Amino acid sequence: MKYLKQLSIILGIYFLGLVIEKFFSLPIPGNVIGMILLFLALCSGVIKIHMIEEVSDFFLSHLAFFFVPAGVALITCMNVLKGSVLKLLAIIFITTVIVLASTGLTIQIMKPKGGK
Amino acid sequence: MKDLITSPLFGILLSLLAFNLGCLIYNRTKLPIFNPLFISTTLIIIFLLTFNINFEDYNKGGSIISFFLGPATVVLAVPLYKKLSLLKENAVSIITAITLGSTLGMISVLLLSKLFSLKSELMYSLVPKSVTVPIGVEISKQLNGIPSVTVVAIIITGIIGAIFAPAFCKVLRIKDKVAIGIAIGTSSHALGTTKALELGETEGAMSSLSIGVAGLITVFLAPIIVKIFNLFF
Repeated sequence: MKYLKQLSIILGIYFLGLVIEKFFSLPIPGNVIGMILLFLALCSGVIKIHMIEEVSDFFLSHLAFFFVPAGVALITCMNVLKGSVLKLLAIIFITTVIVLASTGLTIQIMKPKGGK
Repeated sequence: MKDLITSPLFGILLSLLAFNLGCLIYNRTKLPIFNPLFISTTLIIIFLLTFNINFEDYNKGGSIISFFLGPATVVLAVPLYKKLSLLKENAVSIITAITLGSTLGMISVLLLSKLFSLKSELMYSLVPKSVTVPIGVEISKQLNGIPSVTVVAIIITGIIGAIFAPAFCKVLRIKDKVAIGIAIGTSSHALGTTKALELGETEGAMSSLSIGVAGLITVFLAPIIVKIFNLFF
Protein backbone atom coordinates (compact mmCIF):
# COMPACT_ATOMS: atom_id res chain seq x y z
CA MET A 1 0.00 0.00 0.00
CA LYS A 2 2.82 2.38 0.93
CA TYR A 3 4.23 2.33 -2.60
CA LEU A 4 0.83 2.79 -4.22
CA LYS A 5 0.16 5.76 -1.97
CA GLN A 6 3.51 7.30 -2.93
CA LEU A 7 2.86 6.65 -6.62
CA SER A 8 -0.56 8.27 -6.32
CA ILE A 9 0.95 11.44 -4.85
CA ILE A 10 3.60 11.64 -7.58
CA LEU A 11 1.17 10.94 -10.44
CA GLY A 12 -1.34 13.36 -8.89
CA ILE A 13 1.23 16.16 -8.93
CA TYR A 14 2.21 15.24 -12.50
CA PHE A 15 -1.45 15.45 -13.55
CA LEU A 16 -1.81 18.80 -11.85
CA GLY A 17 1.27 20.00 -13.79
CA LEU A 18 -0.35 18.92 -17.06
CA VAL A 19 -3.63 20.62 -16.10
CA ILE A 20 -1.81 23.89 -15.37
CA GLU A 21 0.13 23.65 -18.66
CA LYS A 22 -3.05 23.13 -20.71
CA PHE A 23 -5.18 25.60 -18.76
CA PHE A 24 -2.76 28.52 -19.04
CA SER A 25 -1.22 27.23 -22.31
CA LEU A 26 2.23 27.76 -20.85
CA PRO A 27 5.43 27.18 -22.85
CA ILE A 28 6.73 25.06 -19.95
CA PRO A 29 6.19 21.29 -20.14
CA GLY A 30 3.69 19.80 -17.65
CA ASN A 31 6.24 17.43 -16.14
CA VAL A 32 8.53 20.36 -15.32
CA ILE A 33 5.60 22.27 -13.80
CA GLY A 34 4.98 19.12 -11.74
CA MET A 35 8.61 19.21 -10.64
CA ILE A 36 8.27 22.84 -9.56
CA LEU A 37 5.00 22.05 -7.72
CA LEU A 38 6.62 19.14 -5.87
CA PHE A 39 9.63 21.30 -4.98
CA LEU A 40 7.36 24.00 -3.56
CA ALA A 41 5.26 21.40 -1.71
CA LEU A 42 8.42 19.96 -0.14
CA CYS A 43 9.77 23.40 0.83
CA SER A 44 6.47 24.47 2.37
CA GLY A 45 6.02 21.14 4.17
CA VAL A 46 2.71 20.31 2.48
CA ILE A 47 4.38 17.09 1.34
CA LYS A 48 6.98 15.47 3.59
CA ILE A 49 9.88 13.68 1.95
CA HIS A 50 8.97 10.33 3.58
CA MET A 51 5.59 10.43 1.83
CA ILE A 52 7.25 9.90 -1.57
CA GLU A 53 10.81 8.81 -0.82
CA GLU A 54 10.90 5.12 -1.86
CA VAL A 55 9.06 5.54 -5.15
CA SER A 56 11.10 8.67 -5.95
CA ASP A 57 14.32 6.79 -5.29
CA PHE A 58 13.14 4.00 -7.56
CA PHE A 59 12.52 6.45 -10.43
CA LEU A 60 15.75 8.36 -9.85
CA SER A 61 18.00 5.32 -9.64
CA HIS A 62 16.48 3.76 -12.76
CA LEU A 63 16.05 7.01 -14.68
CA ALA A 64 18.23 5.93 -17.61
CA PHE A 65 16.09 2.86 -18.35
CA PHE A 66 12.99 4.93 -19.05
CA PHE A 67 14.81 6.62 -21.94
CA VAL A 68 15.54 3.46 -23.88
CA PRO A 69 12.49 3.70 -26.21
CA ALA A 70 13.11 7.42 -26.76
CA GLY A 71 16.64 6.58 -27.88
CA VAL A 72 15.48 3.71 -30.09
CA ALA A 73 13.14 6.15 -31.86
CA LEU A 74 16.31 7.39 -33.56
CA ILE A 75 15.67 4.53 -36.01
CA THR A 76 12.76 6.53 -37.43
CA CYS A 77 14.86 9.58 -38.29
CA MET A 78 17.93 8.03 -39.93
CA ASN A 79 17.11 9.95 -43.14
CA VAL A 80 17.27 13.33 -41.44
CA LEU A 81 20.58 12.44 -39.82
CA LYS A 82 22.24 11.22 -43.00
CA GLY A 83 25.27 13.35 -43.81
CA SER A 84 25.01 15.41 -40.63
CA VAL A 85 26.49 13.05 -38.06
CA LEU A 86 29.99 14.54 -38.00
CA LYS A 87 28.63 18.08 -37.89
CA LEU A 88 26.40 17.11 -34.97
CA LEU A 89 29.29 15.56 -33.06
CA ALA A 90 31.50 18.61 -33.65
CA ILE A 91 28.79 21.00 -32.44
CA ILE A 92 28.07 18.89 -29.37
CA PHE A 93 31.74 18.73 -28.45
CA ILE A 94 32.52 22.43 -28.93
CA THR A 95 29.41 23.70 -27.15
CA THR A 96 29.89 21.35 -24.20
CA VAL A 97 33.33 22.87 -23.64
CA ILE A 98 31.85 26.39 -23.94
CA VAL A 99 29.23 25.65 -21.26
CA LEU A 100 31.80 24.03 -18.96
CA ALA A 101 34.26 26.92 -19.30
CA SER A 102 31.77 29.78 -18.98
CA THR A 103 29.96 28.27 -15.99
CA GLY A 104 33.08 27.27 -14.07
CA LEU A 105 34.99 30.48 -14.70
CA THR A 106 31.99 32.64 -13.71
CA ILE A 107 31.74 30.95 -10.32
CA GLN A 108 35.47 31.19 -9.76
CA ILE A 109 35.51 34.92 -10.61
CA MET A 110 32.45 35.71 -8.47
CA LYS A 111 33.63 33.80 -5.42
CA PRO A 112 35.95 35.64 -3.03
CA LYS A 113 39.45 34.14 -3.11
CA GLY A 114 40.39 31.83 -0.24
CA GLY A 115 36.86 30.48 0.15
CA LYS A 116 36.70 26.72 0.23
CA MET B 1 4.42 -15.06 -34.66
CA LYS B 2 3.28 -11.57 -35.58
CA ASP B 3 1.03 -11.31 -32.47
CA LEU B 4 4.02 -12.02 -30.25
CA ILE B 5 5.89 -9.04 -31.66
CA THR B 6 2.94 -6.66 -31.64
CA SER B 7 2.19 -7.42 -27.99
CA PRO B 8 3.52 -4.74 -25.58
CA LEU B 9 5.36 -7.54 -23.79
CA PHE B 10 7.85 -7.75 -26.67
CA GLY B 11 9.02 -4.15 -26.49
CA ILE B 12 9.17 -4.12 -22.70
CA LEU B 13 11.09 -7.39 -22.47
CA LEU B 14 13.52 -6.42 -25.24
CA SER B 15 14.20 -3.08 -23.51
CA LEU B 16 14.75 -4.74 -20.13
CA LEU B 17 17.09 -7.39 -21.53
CA ALA B 18 19.12 -4.88 -23.53
CA PHE B 19 19.39 -2.49 -20.60
CA ASN B 20 20.47 -5.23 -18.21
CA LEU B 21 23.11 -6.30 -20.68
CA GLY B 22 24.22 -2.65 -20.99
CA CYS B 23 24.55 -2.36 -17.21
CA LEU B 24 26.55 -5.58 -17.10
CA ILE B 25 29.01 -4.33 -19.73
CA TYR B 26 29.31 -0.93 -18.03
CA ASN B 27 29.91 -2.41 -14.58
CA ARG B 28 32.59 -4.72 -15.93
CA THR B 29 34.46 -1.97 -17.79
CA LYS B 30 33.49 1.23 -15.91
CA LEU B 31 34.19 3.15 -19.13
CA PRO B 32 31.89 6.15 -19.75
CA ILE B 33 31.74 5.26 -23.45
CA PHE B 34 29.92 2.04 -22.47
CA ASN B 35 27.03 3.97 -20.99
CA PRO B 36 24.17 1.47 -20.42
CA LEU B 37 21.58 3.65 -22.15
CA PHE B 38 23.88 4.10 -25.14
CA ILE B 39 24.63 0.37 -25.40
CA SER B 40 21.04 -0.80 -24.94
CA THR B 41 19.69 1.69 -27.49
CA THR B 42 22.29 0.61 -30.04
CA LEU B 43 21.62 -3.10 -29.42
CA ILE B 44 17.86 -2.70 -29.83
CA ILE B 45 18.26 -0.68 -33.04
CA ILE B 46 20.55 -3.39 -34.46
CA PHE B 47 18.06 -6.07 -33.36
CA LEU B 48 15.08 -4.34 -34.97
CA LEU B 49 16.98 -3.73 -38.21
CA THR B 50 18.33 -7.30 -38.37
CA PHE B 51 14.94 -8.94 -37.87
CA ASN B 52 13.10 -6.32 -39.89
CA ILE B 53 10.76 -5.35 -37.04
CA ASN B 54 8.85 -2.06 -37.26
CA PHE B 55 9.57 0.62 -34.68
CA GLU B 56 5.79 0.92 -34.20
CA ASP B 57 5.61 -2.71 -33.09
CA TYR B 58 8.49 -2.28 -30.66
CA ASN B 59 6.97 0.94 -29.38
CA LYS B 60 3.73 -0.77 -28.28
CA GLY B 61 5.75 -1.80 -25.25
CA GLY B 62 8.18 1.09 -25.55
CA SER B 63 5.50 3.73 -25.09
CA ILE B 64 4.53 2.12 -21.78
CA ILE B 65 8.10 2.60 -20.57
CA SER B 66 8.22 6.15 -21.95
CA PHE B 67 5.11 7.05 -19.97
CA PHE B 68 7.13 6.85 -16.76
CA LEU B 69 9.39 9.69 -17.93
CA GLY B 70 6.67 12.07 -16.73
CA PRO B 71 6.69 11.08 -13.05
CA ALA B 72 10.47 10.55 -13.24
CA THR B 73 10.88 14.24 -14.08
CA VAL B 74 8.52 15.30 -11.31
CA VAL B 75 10.63 13.53 -8.68
CA LEU B 76 13.78 15.38 -9.80
CA ALA B 77 12.48 17.89 -7.26
CA VAL B 78 13.57 15.52 -4.48
CA PRO B 79 17.38 15.75 -4.93
CA LEU B 80 17.01 19.47 -5.57
CA TYR B 81 15.14 19.83 -2.26
CA LYS B 82 17.77 17.77 -0.43
CA LYS B 83 20.52 20.07 -1.76
CA LEU B 84 18.64 23.26 -0.90
CA SER B 85 21.06 24.36 1.83
CA LEU B 86 24.02 24.08 -0.55
CA LEU B 87 22.21 26.22 -3.08
CA LYS B 88 21.32 28.88 -0.52
CA GLU B 89 24.95 29.30 0.57
CA ASN B 90 26.13 30.32 -2.90
CA ALA B 91 22.82 31.22 -4.51
CA VAL B 92 23.81 34.38 -6.40
CA SER B 93 27.01 33.11 -7.99
CA ILE B 94 25.52 29.68 -8.77
CA ILE B 95 22.42 31.02 -10.46
CA THR B 96 24.36 33.69 -12.38
CA ALA B 97 26.90 31.14 -13.58
CA ILE B 98 24.34 28.53 -14.62
CA THR B 99 22.23 31.13 -16.42
CA LEU B 100 25.25 32.50 -18.26
CA GLY B 101 26.63 29.04 -19.08
CA SER B 102 23.30 27.69 -20.34
CA THR B 103 22.64 30.81 -22.42
CA LEU B 104 26.07 30.75 -24.04
CA GLY B 105 25.63 27.04 -24.67
CA MET B 106 22.35 27.53 -26.52
CA ILE B 107 23.60 30.53 -28.50
CA SER B 108 26.73 28.64 -29.55
CA VAL B 109 24.61 25.66 -30.64
CA LEU B 110 22.47 27.95 -32.82
CA LEU B 111 25.44 29.84 -34.30
CA LEU B 112 27.48 26.72 -35.05
CA SER B 113 24.44 25.02 -36.58
CA LYS B 114 23.97 27.98 -38.93
CA LEU B 115 27.69 27.96 -39.71
CA PHE B 116 27.57 24.25 -40.58
CA SER B 117 24.21 24.82 -42.35
CA LEU B 118 22.53 22.11 -40.29
CA LYS B 119 18.87 21.29 -40.97
CA SER B 120 16.70 23.39 -38.68
CA GLU B 121 14.96 20.45 -36.98
CA LEU B 122 18.40 19.10 -36.04
CA MET B 123 19.48 22.52 -34.80
CA TYR B 124 16.47 22.76 -32.49
CA SER B 125 17.08 19.21 -31.29
CA LEU B 126 20.53 20.23 -30.09
CA VAL B 127 19.47 23.34 -28.16
CA PRO B 128 18.62 21.49 -24.90
CA LYS B 129 21.55 19.04 -25.16
CA SER B 130 23.18 20.01 -21.85
CA VAL B 131 20.14 19.40 -19.61
CA THR B 132 18.82 16.19 -18.16
CA VAL B 133 16.92 13.97 -20.64
CA PRO B 134 13.31 14.31 -19.34
CA ILE B 135 13.51 18.10 -19.46
CA GLY B 136 15.52 18.16 -22.69
CA VAL B 137 12.98 16.00 -24.51
CA GLU B 138 10.13 18.34 -23.59
CA ILE B 139 12.10 21.42 -24.67
CA SER B 140 12.93 19.68 -27.95
CA LYS B 141 9.22 18.94 -28.61
CA GLN B 142 8.26 22.53 -27.95
CA LEU B 143 10.95 23.89 -30.27
CA ASN B 144 9.81 21.43 -33.00
CA GLY B 145 13.03 19.46 -32.70
CA ILE B 146 13.27 15.66 -32.94
CA PRO B 147 13.09 14.24 -29.40
CA SER B 148 15.05 11.07 -30.19
CA VAL B 149 17.91 13.11 -31.70
CA THR B 150 17.87 15.19 -28.51
CA VAL B 151 18.09 12.05 -26.36
CA VAL B 152 21.16 10.85 -28.23
CA ALA B 153 22.75 14.32 -28.25
CA ILE B 154 22.23 14.55 -24.48
CA ILE B 155 23.82 11.15 -23.90
CA ILE B 156 26.82 12.03 -26.07
CA THR B 157 27.17 15.36 -24.24
CA GLY B 158 27.14 13.51 -20.93
CA ILE B 159 29.76 11.03 -22.09
CA ILE B 160 32.01 13.88 -23.28
CA GLY B 161 31.60 15.55 -19.89
CA ALA B 162 32.31 12.37 -17.98
CA ILE B 163 35.47 11.68 -19.98
CA PHE B 164 36.95 15.14 -20.56
CA ALA B 165 35.60 17.47 -17.85
CA PRO B 166 38.44 17.02 -15.32
CA ALA B 167 41.09 17.62 -18.01
CA PHE B 168 39.31 20.72 -19.34
CA CYS B 169 38.94 22.12 -15.83
CA LYS B 170 42.69 21.76 -15.39
CA VAL B 171 43.51 23.45 -18.70
CA LEU B 172 41.06 26.29 -17.98
CA ARG B 173 42.44 26.62 -14.44
CA ILE B 174 39.08 25.99 -12.81
CA LYS B 175 40.32 24.84 -9.40
CA ASP B 176 37.56 25.81 -7.00
CA LYS B 177 35.57 22.70 -5.99
CA VAL B 178 32.21 24.45 -6.17
CA ALA B 179 33.09 25.84 -9.61
CA ILE B 180 34.15 22.42 -10.90
CA GLY B 181 30.96 20.77 -9.65
CA ILE B 182 28.62 23.41 -11.05
CA ALA B 183 30.48 23.48 -14.38
CA ILE B 184 30.22 19.71 -14.79
CA GLY B 185 26.55 19.49 -13.77
CA THR B 186 25.53 22.39 -16.01
CA SER B 187 27.42 21.18 -19.07
CA SER B 188 26.84 17.44 -18.80
CA HIS B 189 23.94 16.69 -16.39
CA ALA B 190 23.72 13.34 -14.55
CA LEU B 191 26.29 11.53 -16.66
CA GLY B 192 28.92 14.17 -15.98
CA THR B 193 27.85 14.12 -12.35
CA THR B 194 29.01 10.51 -12.04
CA LYS B 195 32.52 11.85 -12.74
CA ALA B 196 32.07 14.80 -10.36
CA LEU B 197 31.12 12.35 -7.59
CA GLU B 198 34.44 10.56 -8.17
CA LEU B 199 36.32 13.87 -7.84
CA GLY B 200 34.91 14.56 -4.40
CA GLU B 201 31.86 15.11 -2.22
CA THR B 202 31.57 18.89 -2.80
CA GLU B 203 32.03 18.48 -6.56
CA GLY B 204 29.41 15.73 -6.65
CA ALA B 205 26.80 17.58 -4.59
CA MET B 206 27.28 20.80 -6.57
CA SER B 207 27.08 18.93 -9.84
CA SER B 208 23.84 17.14 -8.95
CA LEU B 209 22.36 20.40 -7.71
CA SER B 210 23.11 22.00 -11.10
CA ILE B 211 21.18 19.33 -13.02
CA GLY B 212 17.85 20.59 -11.70
CA VAL B 213 18.72 24.26 -11.70
CA ALA B 214 20.16 24.20 -15.23
CA GLY B 215 17.13 22.23 -16.42
CA LEU B 216 14.69 24.79 -15.05
CA ILE B 217 16.68 27.79 -16.32
CA THR B 218 16.93 26.22 -19.78
CA VAL B 219 13.18 25.52 -19.91
CA PHE B 220 12.50 29.21 -19.39
CA LEU B 221 15.29 30.57 -21.62
CA ALA B 222 15.26 28.19 -24.60
CA PRO B 223 12.08 29.49 -26.30
CA ILE B 224 13.15 33.11 -25.73
CA ILE B 225 16.67 32.61 -27.08
CA VAL B 226 15.42 30.73 -30.14
CA LYS B 227 12.88 33.47 -30.84
CA ILE B 228 15.50 36.24 -30.59
CA PHE B 229 17.92 34.23 -32.72
CA ASN B 230 15.32 33.78 -35.45
CA LEU B 231 14.82 37.55 -35.60
CA PHE B 232 18.45 37.99 -36.66
CA PHE B 233 19.06 34.91 -38.81
